[in-house]
Amino acid sequence: MASTADERPAPEAFLEEARTEARQRGGPGRLKVFLGAAPGVGKTFAMIGEARARQRAGVDVVVALVETHGRAETAGLLGPLEQLPRRMVEYRGQTLSELDLDALLARRPQLALIDEFAHTNAPGSRHPKRWQDVLEVLDAGIDVTTTLNIQHIESLNDIVARITGVKVAETVPDQVLQRADDIELIDLPPEELIKRLKEGKVYVPHQVGRALDNFFSRGNLTALRELALRTAASRVDAEMLAYMQANAVRGPWPTEERLLVCVNEAPVAKALVRAGKRMAERARIPWIVATVLTPRHEAMPAGARAATMDALRLAETLGAETTTLHAESDVVAELLHYARARNVSRVVVGRARSRASWRDRLVFLFREHVADRLLDEATDFEVTVVTAHGRPARRGAGRAHLLEPDWRGYALAVAAIAVASLAAWPIAMWDAIPGGAISAIYLTAVLVVGARHGLAASLVATALGSMAYNFFYTEPYYTLAVSNPEDIVSILVFLVGAVFTGTLAGRLKAQVETVRAAQRRTETLYDFARKIAAAGNSDDVLWAGAYHIAATLDCQSLILMPDAAGTLEQVQGHPTIEELDAGAEGAARWAFEKNEPAGSGTATLPMSEWLFVPLAAGERALGVIGVRFRDRSRGLDPETRRLLLAVEDQVAVAIERARLAEELADARVSAESERLRGALLNSVSHDLRTPLATVIGTVSTLAEGEAGTLNAADRRELVLTALDEARRLDRYVQNLLDMTRLGHGALSPKRAPVELGEIVGRVRSDLARILAGHRVEVAIPRDLPMLDVDPVLIGQALTNVLENAAKYAPPGTTILLSARAEGGEAAITVADQGPGIPEGERERVFDLFHRVTQGDARPAGTGLGLAIVRGLVEAHGGRVKAQAGAGGRGAAITLRLPLAATPLDDGA
Amino acid sequence: MTETPAETPSVRILVVEDDAPIRRFLKIALASGGYDSLEADRGRAGIELAATSAPDCVVLDLGLPDMDGKAVIAAIRGWSRVPILVLSVRDAEGEKIAALDAGADDYVTKPFATGELLARLRALLRNRLDRAAEPAEQVIGPLSVNFANRAVRMAGREVKLTRKEFDVLALLARHPGRLIAHRQFLTTVWGPAHADDTHYLRIAIGHIRDKLGDEAADPRLIITEPGVGYRLAEA
Repeated sequence: MASTADERPAPEAFLEEARTEARQRGGPGRLKVFLGAAPGVGKTFAMIGEARARQRAGVDVVVALVETHGRAETAGLLGPLEQLPRRMVEYRGQTLSELDLDALLARRPQLALIDEFAHTNAPGSRHPKRWQDVLEVLDAGIDVTTTLNIQHIESLNDIVARITGVKVAETVPDQVLQRADDIELIDLPPEELIKRLKEGKVYVPHQVGRALDNFFSRGNLTALRELALRTAASRVDAEMLAYMQANAVRGPWPTEERLLVCVNEAPVAKALVRAGKRMAERARIPWIVATVLTPRHEAMPAGARAATMDALRLAETLGAETTTLHAESDVVAELLHYARARNVSRVVVGRARSRASWRDRLVFLFREHVADRLLDEATDFEVTVVTAHGRPARRGAGRAHLLEPDWRGYALAVAAIAVASLAAWPIAMWDAIPGGAISAIYLTAVLVVGARHGLAASLVATALGSMAYNFFYTEPYYTLAVSNPEDIVSILVFLVGAVFTGTLAGRLKAQVETVRAAQRRTETLYDFARKIAAAGNSDDVLWAGAYHIAATLDCQSLILMPDAAGTLEQVQGHPTIEELDAGAEGAARWAFEKNEPAGSGTATLPMSEWLFVPLAAGERALGVIGVRFRDRSRGLDPETRRLLLAVEDQVAVAIERARLAEELADARVSAESERLRGALLNSVSHDLRTPLATVIGTVSTLAEGEAGTLNAADRRELVLTALDEARRLDRYVQNLLDMTRLGHGALSPKRAPVELGEIVGRVRSDLARILAGHRVEVAIPRDLPMLDVDPVLIGQALTNVLENAAKYAPPGTTILLSARAEGGEAAITVADQGPGIPEGERERVFDLFHRVTQGDARPAGTGLGLAIVRGLVEAHGGRVKAQAGAGGRGAAITLRLPLAATPLDDGA
Repeated sequence: MTETPAETPSVRILVVEDDAPIRRFLKIALASGGYDSLEADRGRAGIELAATSAPDCVVLDLGLPDMDGKAVIAAIRGWSRVPILVLSVRDAEGEKIAALDAGADDYVTKPFATGELLARLRALLRNRLDRAAEPAEQVIGPLSVNFANRAVRMAGREVKLTRKEFDVLALLARHPGRLIAHRQFLTTVWGPAHADDTHYLRIAIGHIRDKLGDEAADPRLIITEPGVGYRLAEA
């Protein structure tokens, strides 16, 4: 049991240092993998041994799941460790025991032991694979140690299968293994392993079963051991490189070069991907797996497309970047263009080894094989051509659509040839025209059929056309025999021409269809972007989002967002929101919490009918989008997923935008009310205290002046001052009350027809003392109709306007109150001869707490008066406006108020 | 009018008001006007005092802690015609009218000057004291109204009024200084069927003002209580 760690002291030291740092930062847990070449080398034993040592060192260790396979020594070793109960799952009458993930997460040990990294969970578990459970545990900040045999590593899977003849289905993606902080190789010489096997000390997994002897042959074990050692060694290299890169140490690695693997629906695709992975790994460069979709693919049956998508998914699990390119016809040009754009230096393509079928050969007449053309054109790349090992079992799958029955196309083919035969009749009768004209007519028919219904129909038309030509227009007539050699040439020329014409026309049609499909997609996306940009608030955005996801992807859609308590709730759905089952709900929650897709077609809860993708704006998920396709395989189609992500992105941005707008509006409102509150507080403290100070001051003077120090005139002066100030206070409180009621909309005018003069009379008597220093002139025409207002409220408004005029206009000047009827309204103007209101301030004087700043130190008003005037007047449906007085002097405030309808019956 | 309450000793005013400072200054103000005062700080105590001590007038605050002021009015009106003067806050026109409908005779709006209060009281008490012998003619400043031959003179000149206009002016002139509510005018002059036709009253008042040379915007004779009613100026 030699650890490779012994051979690399320096990097280990560096790494340990880096890890210590990471641990102090409180990141995810650390993953340690005990790697073995074959079952029985002692991985589990080593893992438990190490765990016990860690426990003795004070680490909180829990055995989450360890398979002892009935071996007493392993079980004995487990003894002092805390073991987590397993989760029992009923599946098809069997009871399976699985890792209890939630219990482990709840227990939160420092270190968890989880055996058999590549294990496949019982159906219905949260994740299909145990390595996915492990990732979740790591993300929760818990360290994990686990065990793995090399045949379970995805990229080595088919090599091991070739060595041993046993292929295992349970694999762990290389990417996941790369996440391991430590890999410890458990090595055992083949002889010893065989010895242990004979002693019955090795538990043999069921996959090996029949091939037991074959698998554990000396040669196989040696090969597997070498593979394991190489893997561990390359890991050391990779760690070293990563460290040097992270620390900007100059190194000999190639920079920014990439490997491009080109795949299509051919069965060689998966082998290509694995080969690409190994090449990229060896060269230590990033790799890309690309497929090019052409018009041909648009028309392909789902099965053929699925083969390509399977290959791309495999590539993703192996750590490749995947991409789907689009090309009209020139696949090679598109690939090369992409390769140059991405600084690709090596290209890997595949080629079927088997002899092409007649149909393939027919097609290849017109379409040269991609691999051949790449070899010709990609002169600046290193091109590797991989040949398929297996039998091309699904050879024809990709092209089956060519001969799919298209009865309308065939019918058109028959009809077109019939019409062509008829049209050719008069020409054939006319000797002046050469026979070639007839084939031109048939060619036209083939072209029409090809353009309308594609290649298959055009081939049918070609066959029918050549027969009809032969039958009707070559000697001997009305037989399929040909006597004239010239006619034989004509028919052959027609055949060749028709096949080309038909192919071209068919391709044209396919291209048109692709363009239309792409255009529809673009239009939908554009339309969506436009709609969503126009949506004003979050609700509109959500509705538009749900609707457009459903329309664009032809599926049911849901949008879930957390409510105030953080529970996910369906906020929109198209066509409707509906009850989700527990599985779907779990997937939605997972997608939201982990900010990762979950549900159908993903690694988490794939049994669910729904696919959920997080609505992520920046780091956090705002909610999740759920989609359900009628055809579940569509959820796996990367093209669909990409479209979904594009739409999701737009929705997320739009929601974020709407939210920000709403928050901004809220902030503005609260800033405004904050400002008002501040102004109110100011006003209250100033305007309440000033008159109170006077009242208290004068009254206390009176109270203390009993000893006859005050004469009668002084006394009277003091009393009147106190009285004036108390009344000022009263008016101020009245204004505050009015403002409050206006603010709450609690002010409902009790309107009645009322004479303006009556209101003015009352106001003047109330303000008698205030107005005493000014001449007040009232000019109300005798025929002014009654106002339709609340006399008390409008009285208050006029009180404020007059008080304002008296405050600003110098004593001795005239205050003129005039009124006239104008277009169904009364215009009541109060004009003074004071300093007036600067033009720029005339609108703002009616704002709450706005005061015109005065040059001199006149006591300013409360800033409430005119705001209340406006509020009161507007509550009557009227308007108020400030202007310059007559001749540009002073201020003129005009109130426009509704007039009452004149009653017919005066009762006199 | 210069008759003073001092000529009729021991006129007792019942003050029902929960606020002690207001009671205190009312007591002083009433004493200065020559009245005795009784005090109650709750509605119930006020009703009891009204029943047991037979005051000549009641000054009632509408905002009492134990019961609604209107209920106090209704209770007193159950057995007594004693004049009731209501103290109410501004902006409660609805309250004022409800109180008048419940049987109150007049109101003063808080905050008020004592002069205003005493004038109202005087008007109410005069009515009560004069009840025995209603004068054939009422003279208020330049205005004289002869109830017997329905003649109105303004500064010596005869003024021609319609029947309704005279009835309206007569109602005001019988109780100078006292508030006459819209409803009271309408039911008295036009009949109960017209209790809500306030525009009749408004037009009539307009005509009377025109004929008397009084201006609504600067009234000397007929004073408007907006939304509530009218009163004739005292002297």
